[in-house]
Amino acid sequence: MTQVNRVEGGQIDRNTPLKFKFDGKSYTGHAGDTLASALLANGVRLMGRSFKYHRPRGPLSAGSEEPNAIVTLRDGARAEPNTRATTAELFDGLSARSQNCWPSVKFDALAVNDAASDFLAAGFYYKTFMWPAPFWEKVYEPIIRKAAGLGALSMQEDPDEYDKGFRHCDLLIVGAGPSGLMAALTAGRAGKEVILADEDFAMGGRLLSEQIEVGSTSALDWTTQTIAELSSLPNVRLMSRTTVIGAFDHGIYGAVERVSDHLLEPAIGKPRQILWRIYAGKTLLCAGATERPIAFENNDRPGIMLASAMRSYVNRWAATPAQRVAIFTSCDDGHRTAADLHAKGIKIAAVIDTRADTPMSMNYEVLAGAQVTNTKGRLGLTVVEVQLADGSTRTLECGALGVSGGWNPNVHLTCHQRGRPTWDGDLSAFVPGGTLPPGMTVAGAASGDLSTNGALLSGANGAAEALGIKAADTPEADDTPATQSAFWYVEGCKRAWLDQQNDVTVKDVRLAHQEGFRSVEHLKRYTTLGMATDQGKTSNMGGLAIMAEIAGKGIPDVGTTIFRPPYTPVAIGALAGRMRGMEFHPTRLTPSHYWAKECGAVFVEVGNWLRAQWFPIEGETHWRQSVDREVKATRASVGVCDCTTLGKIDVQGADAATFLNKVYCNPFAKVAVGKTRYGLMLREDGIAMDDGTAARLAEDHFVVTTTTAKAGPVYQHMEFVRQCLMPDADVQLISTTEAWAQFAVAGPNSRALLQKIVDPEFDISNEAFEFMACANITVCGGLRARLFRISFSGELAFEIAVPSRYGDALMRKLMEEGEEFDVVPYGTEALGVMRIEKGHAAGNELNGTTTANNLGMGRMVSKKKDSIGTVLSERAGLNEDDALKLVGVKPLASEDKITAGGHLMAADGPVDAANDQGYVTSAAYSPEVGSMIGLALIKSGDARMGEKMRLVSPVTDSEVLVEVTSAHFVDPEGGRQRA
Amino acid sequence: MHNLTAITALGSSVPSVDTVDGATLCENAELALASVHARIGHETACRAALADLLDGRVPDVGKVILRDPEAAFWTGPDQWMVGAPYETHEDLDAQLKARFGASASITEQSDAWACFDLQGAKMERVMELLCPINIRAMQTGDVQRTSLHHLGCFVIRRDPSDWVRILGPRASAGSLHHAIVTAMRSIV
Amino acid sequence: MIINHPLLGPRDSAEFVYMGDASLIERPDPEAENAADQFHDYAYLRDNPAGELRELWFHEGGDRSWLVVTRDTRTHEISKVELARDVARSKGRSL
Repeated sequence: MTQVNRVEGGQIDRNTPLKFKFDGKSYTGHAGDTLASALLANGVRLMGRSFKYHRPRGPLSAGSEEPNAIVTLRDGARAEPNTRATTAELFDGLSARSQNCWPSVKFDALAVNDAASDFLAAGFYYKTFMWPAPFWEKVYEPIIRKAAGLGALSMQEDPDEYDKGFRHCDLLIVGAGPSGLMAALTAGRAGKEVILADEDFAMGGRLLSEQIEVGSTSALDWTTQTIAELSSLPNVRLMSRTTVIGAFDHGIYGAVERVSDHLLEPAIGKPRQILWRIYAGKTLLCAGATERPIAFENNDRPGIMLASAMRSYVNRWAATPAQRVAIFTSCDDGHRTAADLHAKGIKIAAVIDTRADTPMSMNYEVLAGAQVTNTKGRLGLTVVEVQLADGSTRTLECGALGVSGGWNPNVHLTCHQRGRPTWDGDLSAFVPGGTLPPGMTVAGAASGDLSTNGALLSGANGAAEALGIKAADTPEADDTPATQSAFWYVEGCKRAWLDQQNDVTVKDVRLAHQEGFRSVEHLKRYTTLGMATDQGKTSNMGGLAIMAEIAGKGIPDVGTTIFRPPYTPVAIGALAGRMRGMEFHPTRLTPSHYWAKECGAVFVEVGNWLRAQWFPIEGETHWRQSVDREVKATRASVGVCDCTTLGKIDVQGADAATFLNKVYCNPFAKVAVGKTRYGLMLREDGIAMDDGTAARLAEDHFVVTTTTAKAGPVYQHMEFVRQCLMPDADVQLISTTEAWAQFAVAGPNSRALLQKIVDPEFDISNEAFEFMACANITVCGGLRARLFRISFSGELAFEIAVPSRYGDALMRKLMEEGEEFDVVPYGTEALGVMRIEKGHAAGNELNGTTTANNLGMGRMVSKKKDSIGTVLSERAGLNEDDALKLVGVKPLASEDKITAGGHLMAADGPVDAANDQGYVTSAAYSPEVGSMIGLALIKSGDARMGEKMRLVSPVTDSEVLVEVTSAHFVDPEGGRQRA
Repeated sequence: MHNLTAITALGSSVPSVDTVDGATLCENAELALASVHARIGHETACRAALADLLDGRVPDVGKVILRDPEAAFWTGPDQWMVGAPYETHEDLDAQLKARFGASASITEQSDAWACFDLQGAKMERVMELLCPINIRAMQTGDVQRTSLHHLGCFVIRRDPSDWVRILGPRASAGSLHHAIVTAMRSIV
Repeated sequence: MIINHPLLGPRDSAEFVYMGDASLIERPDPEAENAADQFHDYAYLRDNPAGELRELWFHEGGDRSWLVVTRDTRTHEISKVELARDVARSKGRSL
């Protein structure tokens, strides 16, 4: 039996022993233990080293406020640094190690920092590492990070899964202590939707740690019965292991549920944690209170802990930190610990009470009006030095010291929307005040009501008032009013720790004040008080009190720093949820995706879409071979490309044409039924927004296309114009992007190919179905389809659309029927090459800075009508003589490279920004031209045809000579597409 | 009759079925859909035509009328989605145009959406991991549009009440299906 | 945040797309003599009050309505939510 400090009783399951390892050594604990309670039971008090001075440390608390017992839990990729041993639930096979120590927690080489503490005081880093500046990143920071700091990351990918979830309730109750349980009973019995969340794995709060009666039974039995009743109510959801981390706008709360942290590893497919977004009609904060320590010389040795934590370890976990224990208290609560420990047979060395009128005991010595002035013990407490009321000193031998300086209500969540707590002079503590988050009220110890009876009553009443229902009857319980006085530190102490996690002492606070850091926010940042992972839950009050005293002010005049979410640290994985890797965003597949995959296509992400980029065939080893072949084959005969990704918006209504006249800068009123028109949309500031086509299928029906990237924004813009600018226009909009599979069929044989597919009653000859025609047709023996004679490649071309479910079959059919024409599928690369050859603007040119004038479409902007962007497109600044104009460029030497993004300079003269003439927007190798070509925006470019210029790219360190040409490298007269 | 073979939104000839203890997810490829949007000034006539189609009823805000063969749900102010079996109503938009005349704009939507039926005792808990709607407060006959794995979806609570129908964007059917099945498996 | 949609009730703001000042509804008359100046102000000038602001939100993940939301920029308190189409009509916009 190695559990030398295991005592009788408690709520651990002695029939379920659990083996675990700490710093490589094996121990045994029980189900129901935390890592901290199991270590204490095994006689281990030393659990880590402090942040700055590498002082030996053991647990200060028994909960999430813990600053000291911070360990790395688990090994390998699952290693999680900075985990509180006090909340880590024990499981069989648990492995943990102490941090911030080398080579071991017992012999830490950097403990020398402690001896050098005079040099490591507040502001040490700011003062020391100022010069020379470059040294900071390269020399100082890496050394400091290694020496200080906490645990290290595994640097491996997190193997676990995390979920996000959403829950709604009438009442969210934060904390399942006496007030939370009574609130849940009240609301649950009334049939309200209730969520009761508690960060602990067992519900009950302090009721699990106290030897008191509730009603006619023990606190524990009452808790068990209450939870059983709540579990039977379908409208009550009990969420244990769930920390409410923040109060956000309008009753939205964040909560982290640790689903699998108490298991060796999550079951397959199950999450490690769930980040819940809880929508709460009302919220009752029953978060309890945190006991506050007292600062005295060397108050940070392992074995020195909060008196209430000691009581929890003994009563709930049947583990005592030592066999001989002293208590140092400024209120009655410390005496309760002494009584409970004594009842378990633990020797009480003495109760040291700062007050002169202190309750006495028959069972152990009480030193009234006494104070702890120092402690001893290298790796754990051995001796406490006490100054008695008469000024004499006494030393007490003990292995643990319970400290109680009173309780601070856990007001954190009340402050998450900048509410400031108010000072309660009677309690010497901050209580919820100011403006609470809307819908939130507070009950129990969190509201400053520190008695059990008060907690039960205020919980019941709090729920009743929040929901306008009747409070449930509360059982009788202790209603002794809490007495606590302000006693923050022992006079004369220096190396007395306030913030044990960040190693901030009373002396540091004095020094900060002396150096002029007098606002509470400055104090915090200069000393780092309260800035560690525990966010100062046990230290902020002490720091404020000392600062107030030095400044000669009251604590409320000094004020508090702002509490911000999260209440306790949250794993990044929980915030990411399932949005990792390929699941970062949804993927959109084109109708021909499965077919393209069979063909071995290479895919590219375009927004959320996966599009075929090119289709390599046997023998091709470089993408250019595939792309050049696809371009040549299309221009020579026929190629097919899935263009479903272009946005499609159905525009119907009597005013559909009027509406399009408003959103496009060029006229649409007179487009004939059965015709398609290219349209350019401007933003209201005159800059081009998007382009596309609008096909008039009926007098009151258009189908508008957008670019792939702008499908969403353009739809939103059109709804804005419809609802906000033209509310009475008879026009209706709906997206049909995914409803129709649409394929471009391009090349001189495109008509011949389509004639094999389009049903014979539809004449698609050049005479019957001329350039820019559109029609509802049928294909393959009766399937409804749409045909548009539009061309992005410059060739004779069509786009054909069928319902998406038939897209795959139509693509296969086109390939089969096209065999006689050597049909090729082509991807986005070939599409890009052909549109650059043809001089069509795309996303690179419609880049949010260009106007119709820049794009060579200035004359399209109709002056005869008003449309979005018309007025401001006429501004002088956008129409100066040397405005950028879209042109083509090609290298003088055909082997030279055209670099997109490269800038154009005059053939002679300086190469600098002042002489910049424009830039290349798009570039590609053109099989047609036999060299690379580019589209470029050049000052007065349309008047500079034939000019030789230098294309300079500092990024690729290149400079080539180019010639300015027309943007239309292929068929500038447009004869092919009209053939 | 044409000679092209349809594939489901998940790219197969047969709809997918996934079962996890307490929840079953079935891809439903048998749904024809068309949107109905009242023309300005013809709202009354449009509602009359809709009522005529749906046994005298018109779906109110957030409501579905569940009936055979045509059913309908509210999608926006003066806007509804009408659904019917694909086998008999592949030309649903043409059928509706004939009924509604000039009172409404009708648009075929059958293949804009992938349809999944999620059913079982764990349905509510699965939905809680997927979208922010208050699924427990939804009753049979309620519909909500919501964001599910960043995808705009319609969620229809059917009869029996452990059944929801989810309509999501067809091109993202794979991502949507993956998200739902992952959530089904994730329930502890 | 939660936006109380006039038709659909309380909805998470994550379903919406934000577009800022609702004065965008009041598009100037392009025929006005000083149209260029008016459009300049319309396109570029916005008040940035610490207090109530009327702003446009698009219910993209919902019924596709544009809403005018009156929100206090200091507290996020939302005091009024209207259909933008009704607001536009009340401002005399028509075709």
